[in-house]
Amino acid sequence: MSADTDVQLLRRQGRIVVVGASLAGLRAAETLREQGFTGSLTMIGDEPFEPYDRPPLSKQALLGRARPEDTALPRRRDIDAEWRLGVAAESLDRDAKQVRLTNGDTVPYDRLLITTGTRARPWFHPEEAALDGVFVLRTRDDSARLRRKLTSGVSRVLVIGAGFTGSEVASACRELGVEVTVAERGPAPLVGALGGVIGAVADRLQRRHGVDLRCGVSVTALEGDDVGRLRRAHLSDGSAIDVEVAVVSLGAMRNTEWLAGSGVAAGPRGVACDAGCRVFDVNGIVTDDIYAAGDVARSPHPLFDYQFLALEHWGNAVEQAEIAAHNMICAGPDRRPHLWLPMFWSSQFGVNIKSVGVPSLGDQLVVAQGSLAEDKFVAVYGYRGRVIAAASFDGAKWMGFYEQQIADGAPFPPEYRMVDRRTETLHPVDPAFPDPHLPTHGATVTLTGHSPSERRVAFVPSHA
Amino acid sequence: MTTGTLITQITDYANRADPYPLYAELRKQPVRRQDDGTYVVSTYYEVRSVANDPRLSNDTRNRPPGYARTADADDTGLPPSFIFTDPPVHDRLRETITRPFGPPHSPRFLDGLRGELAQVVTELLDAFEGKDQVDIVEDFAYPLPVTAICKVLGVPREDEPNFHGWADALASSLDPQVGEEGKEKGQQARQDLGAYLSDLIETKRRHPGPGILSALAPDMTPADLEATAVLLLVAGHETTVNAITNTTLTLLRHPDILDRFLKDPDLAVPLIEEVLRYEPPVQFVPWTTALADIDVAGTTIPKGSPVWLMLAAANRDPQRFEDPDRFDPDRKDNEHLGMYTGIHYCFGAPLARIELHLAVPELFRRVKFSRLLEDPPPYRANAVLRGPRHLPVAIEGLTA
Repeated sequence: MSADTDVQLLRRQGRIVVVGASLAGLRAAETLREQGFTGSLTMIGDEPFEPYDRPPLSKQALLGRARPEDTALPRRRDIDAEWRLGVAAESLDRDAKQVRLTNGDTVPYDRLLITTGTRARPWFHPEEAALDGVFVLRTRDDSARLRRKLTSGVSRVLVIGAGFTGSEVASACRELGVEVTVAERGPAPLVGALGGVIGAVADRLQRRHGVDLRCGVSVTALEGDDVGRLRRAHLSDGSAIDVEVAVVSLGAMRNTEWLAGSGVAAGPRGVACDAGCRVFDVNGIVTDDIYAAGDVARSPHPLFDYQFLALEHWGNAVEQAEIAAHNMICAGPDRRPHLWLPMFWSSQFGVNIKSVGVPSLGDQLVVAQGSLAEDKFVAVYGYRGRVIAAASFDGAKWMGFYEQQIADGAPFPPEYRMVDRRTETLHPVDPAFPDPHLPTHGATVTLTGHSPSERRVAFVPSHA
Repeated sequence: MTTGTLITQITDYANRADPYPLYAELRKQPVRRQDDGTYVVSTYYEVRSVANDPRLSNDTRNRPPGYARTADADDTGLPPSFIFTDPPVHDRLRETITRPFGPPHSPRFLDGLRGELAQVVTELLDAFEGKDQVDIVEDFAYPLPVTAICKVLGVPREDEPNFHGWADALASSLDPQVGEEGKEKGQQARQDLGAYLSDLIETKRRHPGPGILSALAPDMTPADLEATAVLLLVAGHETTVNAITNTTLTLLRHPDILDRFLKDPDLAVPLIEEVLRYEPPVQFVPWTTALADIDVAGTTIPKGSPVWLMLAAANRDPQRFEDPDRFDPDRKDNEHLGMYTGIHYCFGAPLARIELHLAVPELFRRVKFSRLLEDPPPYRANAVLRGPRHLPVAIEGLTA
């Protein structure tokens, strides 16, 4: 039987299992059906809900403009799938080609797609994390609970970590008229993702909106009262603040634990896959029946020195899922590479923030349009003399242009005249990213090196 | 068929009724240099890319001497309105004007006008009673947009008739082919309208009433506010007249789709969007200028060149739209350029859509059409704001 016949057979009556029933999983399933897959399709999700949209959970949902239960993702088409919701995948057996679920069931597959995404990094101290009033924000339930709490007359909220989620939560608190303290270990909000120059703008924005922003400090302990309710937080500068609510916004962790021991290259930095979304095994050999997409995947990108790139971006999840689905049911020459340019947005303190490319790779920065002082600008990041990224505050409509500049490897700095250029000559500055070896929790784009494997593979030359 | 360059033919009135074959010819070379140094961009992806390029200016004062500048930028004693400015001036003006007009500050303002506008539609259609022939332009499409703009601005109803004349003269002066006479008439109209508005603004400042002028009076200079009001009138008037008329004409030319629409009023949404692709009320944007060299589709548009963006040609680009010359309300992913794209995307788009959705379904619900009396109908001179001057139709009856 030739490989091509296999593909035809697979498309007709293969068994495809998707682990992770969120944005990437749903879009992949829709693409499979769209492209004519008529076999069986199983969707496994640990949450009890059908796929829903997460961006509103830290924005409109907290403000009460949308209900968390109304965030179900619109369906592009019927996917005729067997849904296994509310039950997580526990392990993967590559030899038997089956996924074991936490309820003991096993689900066999011919092709497996891993879209297990990420979860919120929990507070490091489990007993403190269990206090009434300590929240994380990732799921629909998280959002609904936090909203209820924020509107029940709390005196002060502590947000731990000023990355995008933390900053959006702080923004929602202020809009709801709730007092908020933000504690950030780095020198400014958003510093991991956008650097200190732009971080300083975010810093000013937060303070102007009445946030009690404390940078360069970490929270050392959360203290409860005798009935287990959060009452106080202790900071590394020796101070303490009375709070009833703490929102732990320390970034995300990739849901890869269930793959431990399976032999695929999965670890804390994600599941390594090639540009065609095929997952690597720990030896760096590509599998042909296991694919990955979305937040959990990391794959090499030619624009960024072929480093493995991990992206927690909505648009990436959609596009990578479509590519993975296409490649899963295609023969080799018809497969397509996933070459998405990183792009994400945020909305906080009345400002729309949008970024394209990988700002943290930038060694220089210029303000190409607008002005930092007006909180309305486009900052362009350069890397070795070419444009590598751009970030805008209230300038999202220009991002398509900069996306093209990045894709073209256009020279940096962009010296030509353009609208809203405030200076005759541009003066590149250091974008001031923190030492990459220090943990940050703001970055949603991570360069994770050149090696597909998390594990060090011992090199043993073969002997004839 | 007239001769001359494609652009002369497109602007030639003889080709007004159907410029689309010329646009198809134009698209064969996506970026085309004219003898006078103007660059014409006509394919979808290229138009979209250039329109969103920060090296493109909407301020014709950036053109070298000798090139056409918009009437707006001439010495009328008034500042250019925001459509002919670049950021940061543009953004500040547009953001200020958005505040009383739309979300996030005034999400319900336009919605609040629906009742009055629906009433206007009803009255216009009531007047069809007993007629067997009407002119869709004069009797229906024309009066609604002026009323709408007057409501938005807060112009007293008794002053509305004056606005028709001013709006006409101003709209004609936007045509790149406008003669000296038309230009002068346009500037005269703008000054008369300006004088009227400056009085009105002063009144609104002292006695605030409904409409955005009252809301904006404290935040804007009288000159900027005046220029804005003029712009909203010009840009919001003839464009919407054309959109309503083009929709009517297109439906009457496609009886199968009209049948479906009569049975399924929900078709209105994709149908109206498809008209905006198929017969866009602004056919091209001839007032932009390259601030620096722009490389597009293998051609460099040199710094200082006037640039024309051919929206109607881009909307029929087969690279983007399958079978582009077919009117197809079932088209998926209809991201047309009928309302432009980028920072100068039509400010009045939500108002125009409200007007279209109030006018078109009601027109076809109440009026039993018999046929077009002239096809093609006579067109206005304007090649940019292209639309029928009259649309005479035979009708068989009117329901309540």
